[in-house]
Amino acid sequence: MSSKKNKEALLTPLGLNNPVTVQVLGICSALAVTAKLMPAIVMGISVTIITALSNVVISCLRKTIPLRIRIIVQLVVVAALVTIVSEILKAFAYDISVQLSVYVGLIITNCILMGRLEAFAMQNEPWPSFLDGIGNGLGYAKILIIVAFFRELFGSGTLFGVNVLNYDCIANAGYVNNGLMLMPPMALIIVACIIWWQRAHNKDLQQK
Amino acid sequence: MANKKFKCTTCGYIHEGDKAPETCPQCNAPASAFVELKAEKKLPTSSNAYTFAYAAAMVVIVAFLLSFVSSSLRAKQDANVKLDTKKQILYSLNVETADADAYFTANVKDMILKGDTIVEYKGDFATLYENEGKANRYHVFVCNLNGQTKYVIPVYGAGLWGAIWGYVALNDDKNTVFGTYFSHASETPGLGAEIQSVKFQKQFEGKLVGDSTSVKISVVKNGKVEDAKYEVDGISGGTITSTGVDAMLKNCLGNYTKFLKR
Repeated sequence: MSSKKNKEALLTPLGLNNPVTVQVLGICSALAVTAKLMPAIVMGISVTIITALSNVVISCLRKTIPLRIRIIVQLVVVAALVTIVSEILKAFAYDISVQLSVYVGLIITNCILMGRLEAFAMQNEPWPSFLDGIGNGLGYAKILIIVAFFRELFGSGTLFGVNVLNYDCIANAGYVNNGLMLMPPMALIIVACIIWWQRAHNKDLQQK
Repeated sequence: MANKKFKCTTCGYIHEGDKAPETCPQCNAPASAFVELKAEKKLPTSSNAYTFAYAAAMVVIVAFLLSFVSSSLRAKQDANVKLDTKKQILYSLNVETADADAYFTANVKDMILKGDTIVEYKGDFATLYENEGKANRYHVFVCNLNGQTKYVIPVYGAGLWGAIWGYVALNDDKNTVFGTYFSHASETPGLGAEIQSVKFQKQFEGKLVGDSTSVKISVVKNGKVEDAKYEVDGISGGTITSTGVDAMLKNCLGNYTKFLKR
């Protein structure tokens, strides 16, 4: 249950095999939802749950899936799962589903999901696949939260919508919020800085 | 025919033949250490017929599952949407209450425009006011707020990425804005989505809808307010959404000109 291989499936995506900074997957949604911390966390949690569940389903079906239509099967499983989860939320947790409505489409098209299904769940047992899904989801969430922290702090001067920097004394000292931080390109630049930092500290990741 | 395979459990040597060898040629283990390897049954995952059958079965199962989930949860979802709409209307009136449904039934009347007066609306509680407008049913919610009469008018329009909508509450002079609520389907967080923020919505309080000829309430570029009676600041960086709110107010409130005759 918690062999070395399973632990690796869970933990390496958080660091040395991070889906965003090392595999460079899921960048598109990282731009869209990181202007504020709250949506970034919601998106991170949703992707974690959906990646884990779809990994398990595909892993259970892996021996039966016809090779030539495997991507379609994976897509159908992900889309069906996301739709069912969002329908259930709409019925029993309406407030959360309103918050999530923007992200449902983004979850289905997230490359991390397809990447993990194709690279891991198609070859592995359900339990390691589940751990792999959780690990990759959390690795993705981690980067989203770091990016959103800087974008919200320097872009709007708030954290979780609570005022941090918008005080007269700071404004008088000549500080203004950087509107560029709220624009999507800034997310790319922050992600790039994280990748730079990570590669500078890990010799293994540097390309020869 | 040598079609069976036996594996030595001690060293992993694989022997092909009808039965296990008496001793293992690698480690001299006795025949009892050998187990028969059964050929794994493999599904014909690359045959055409299998692929078609699989796809067909998958589509039927998923379609059935989705329609089952959708139809079994429909009633509960509709109730949620109705409750949420009532909450939004009450929010524009600055009413916060734990039981929105009961408060709404007790204090708010759903009316529709007929000529220049309003009559009671007898249909089901509507949630999509765009469709209601297309069917020429212009709703006005008449609310009794601690003895004062307020009118709430639903507005709807388009932002940058999708629909935006809101509710504008007016005082009993049918011209001064008492409160507003705006929401959106998919505007950019931090930019266009700020129309949902309290800061943006509070700006409208005390503004006038218009004069005797036209709707004058408008959202202008941030910092360019010239006529403070009618204009509010837009959101910098959210220009298209701000313009959307402006157009939404002018279009929707324009439909009520006769009722709001001043």
